[in-house]
Amino acid sequence: MSFLDYAPAPESRAILSLRDSYGLFIDGEFVDGRGEPFQTISPATEERIAMIANANAADVDAAVAAARRAYDRTWSKMSGRDRGKYLFRIARLVQERARELAVAESLDNGKPIKESRDVDVPLVAAWFFYYAGWADKLDHAGLGANPRSLGVAAQVIPWNFPLLMLAWKIAPALAAGNTVVLKPAETTPLTALIFAEILQQAELPAGVVNIITGAGDTGAALVGHEGVDKVAFTGSTGVGRAIAKQVAGTDKKVTLELGGKAANIVFDDAPIDQAIEGIVNGIFFNQGHVCCAGSRLLVQENIHDEVVDRLKSRLSTLRLGDPLDKNTDIGAINSREQLERIRALSDIGVAEGAERWTAPCDIPENGFWYAPTIFTGVQTSSRIAREEIFGPVLSVLTFRTPAEAIAKANNTPYGLSAGIWTDKGSRILAVADQLRAGVIWANTFNRFDPASPFGGYKESGYGREGGRHGLGAYLSPAPIGQSSASRGALGAASTAAIEADAPAPAKRSRVAKPARTAKTTTKGSKR
Amino acid sequence: MSRLAVPKTYKLYIGGAFPRSESGRTYEVLAADGSFLANAALASRKDARDAVVAARAAVSGWSGATAYNRGQVLYRIAELLEGRRAQFVAEIEETEGVTRAAASAQVDEAIDRWVWYAGWADKFAQVAGNANPVAGPYFNISVPEPTGVVAIVVPQDSSLLGFVSAVAPALVAGNSVVAVASERFPLSAISLAEVLATSDVPKGVVNVLTGSPAEIAPWLASHADVNALDLVGAGALDWVSLEIDAADTLKRVLRPESGPDAAAPALGRIAAFTETKTVWHTKSLR
Repeated sequence: MSFLDYAPAPESRAILSLRDSYGLFIDGEFVDGRGEPFQTISPATEERIAMIANANAADVDAAVAAARRAYDRTWSKMSGRDRGKYLFRIARLVQERARELAVAESLDNGKPIKESRDVDVPLVAAWFFYYAGWADKLDHAGLGANPRSLGVAAQVIPWNFPLLMLAWKIAPALAAGNTVVLKPAETTPLTALIFAEILQQAELPAGVVNIITGAGDTGAALVGHEGVDKVAFTGSTGVGRAIAKQVAGTDKKVTLELGGKAANIVFDDAPIDQAIEGIVNGIFFNQGHVCCAGSRLLVQENIHDEVVDRLKSRLSTLRLGDPLDKNTDIGAINSREQLERIRALSDIGVAEGAERWTAPCDIPENGFWYAPTIFTGVQTSSRIAREEIFGPVLSVLTFRTPAEAIAKANNTPYGLSAGIWTDKGSRILAVADQLRAGVIWANTFNRFDPASPFGGYKESGYGREGGRHGLGAYLSPAPIGQSSASRGALGAASTAAIEADAPAPAKRSRVAKPARTAKTTTKGSKR
Repeated sequence: MSRLAVPKTYKLYIGGAFPRSESGRTYEVLAADGSFLANAALASRKDARDAVVAARAAVSGWSGATAYNRGQVLYRIAELLEGRRAQFVAEIEETEGVTRAAASAQVDEAIDRWVWYAGWADKFAQVAGNANPVAGPYFNISVPEPTGVVAIVVPQDSSLLGFVSAVAPALVAGNSVVAVASERFPLSAISLAEVLATSDVPKGVVNVLTGSPAEIAPWLASHADVNALDLVGAGALDWVSLEIDAADTLKRVLRPESGPDAAAPALGRIAAFTETKTVWHTKSLR
């Protein structure tokens, strides 16, 4: 028995009181979906957790209509102070039910309980607490006085951080005065539905948040719905591209948080113990199912062998297995489909000449698992250096000079995040200036905070979530003549220009659209 | 005895030089009364691509200049324009068929907008960025950075003011620009390029194409080395298709505007072509 053999320490599932089946949460109530229900399973055991309703186009209509009614009658008329109080209530209820949410998240998603318990759920509460305080302070959001909410927000979120992504989307939307229709990912709807129960406990007015479950077609119907004013999506660049095309020619504001292929740059003077932990956290946190994961390790050539040896030795101590076990470091891959993608890309890595090393660990019989894997000798042209694997697979490349590290780091259509490890402060700032990525971690990695804006450059999407910038994504400046002296729009990229304290302005109007005009003519009460 | 005038050949402005269209094509620019004014270059796909190459090459220098320096360079454009007021007033009178007073007002406004945007260069980051109080021992700061290469279909109903209103804000944060001039009123854009060429604006930072926006814009919208697309003056084009083309590389897109306030001065026009970068750094006494 080695020092790594611990007795099992599973978190109890007794805290959960799950239903056998869940409906759609529309207008404050759970209702049946009109599509064919589907099951959500535990990826660690492949056992069914519950049956989940499937929203068809008519259900999407109903949810959007409920959100519109709630916007017109209640939420847009409520004071910012009261909106804030509802959000504070939600934050507190999340804290009260934190353990239950963490267990449900690990069960449904497959991530280790220590992550859902110590990272995901505390951040969910923090996100609501942070944006609660913004609700009555919107004049300070950076868009001038009296900024306007947008209306109904359609929000589509991924399966890697199911409840956390829900919080990133719902908290700023409600604080800014919008109402929401949110679609969780098909494989991870459970915590969103428990969250709906929390909304009932908080007595949030009916229709302010609607949660509809389903697959990609449900999401597409929601994003394309003509009653929607704002689209917020987190997911793959492929789907993000399709959404950008779908909303072209409409008045919808869009924010997209898409894929990444982050470089984690380690210089030879880096604090090596911290760097090893940071590299591990950067790519093996949440089984590598992280859009900002440090999936490309760029290590200075003279310390390559040492870093790789120490990584292998560290990875050999990681414990893969039951997500609900408190000692587990690496949980289950979220779905069979994702596991197959990870396998396929890894095989391509081998075929393209890279050397694969896999951490020695026992793989459970049932469920979806992938042992932590390192590729060395990776060429910049290799697909495992270019494509997002979204799994526990690290590609190691080398560099000699800072300029080479920067060039290699930026050699990607993505631009979400990057890491820099060195003891030299001036080098950190100079390299950070040159990296084309929205979030840069220096001597740390994968840190998140509701006060800190997050989002990508280039094909990693546009708009920011978190912080003051994230609030701006759900607001538009006051119409001309209805704002005060301090003006300026700092919102998402697709905002129209606004007036400012500058020469000229009087009145502006949008050009009538060719072709797609019909799509936007029936919005009725919008704005 | 009256003197015979020396008319100007209006060409494109790419990478700090004034080439003719590689296609050899021109089109007639007519005065408001229908009389012939000039043969402007009818830019081609190749010209558009050359302009993007020039713009890309200029990004690192321009975005790497200090904000104070960029502000002075933009201010100098206003200084030079002021000195050539008479030329622009006459050109606008002739091409747009407006009164001298209206043409003067347009030039004055254009100069003032350069001044307004020049002043933002070293202040925008202070207004658009901030320090973030994260819950942990980290220094955390968000700053705006330029998006890169911005392609602009400038307002089509104005000679000078529309062009300046669309191009100036994109330059403030350090982007470089490929601008498609007004098809009907392209002459002031090229005359302005002469101002830019003799000011301190580095070559390639502004590139001006004249010709048919309907022909050129699709090549810019689909160009993978263009980061953002400003369709402010594209209202009469099939701009929905341009927005769809732009989505292939997830370009940042501003949709068309119309009326006298199209591209009115706004901080939002600067912000639209920036990316917020957030840097975390550990704090430790060790």
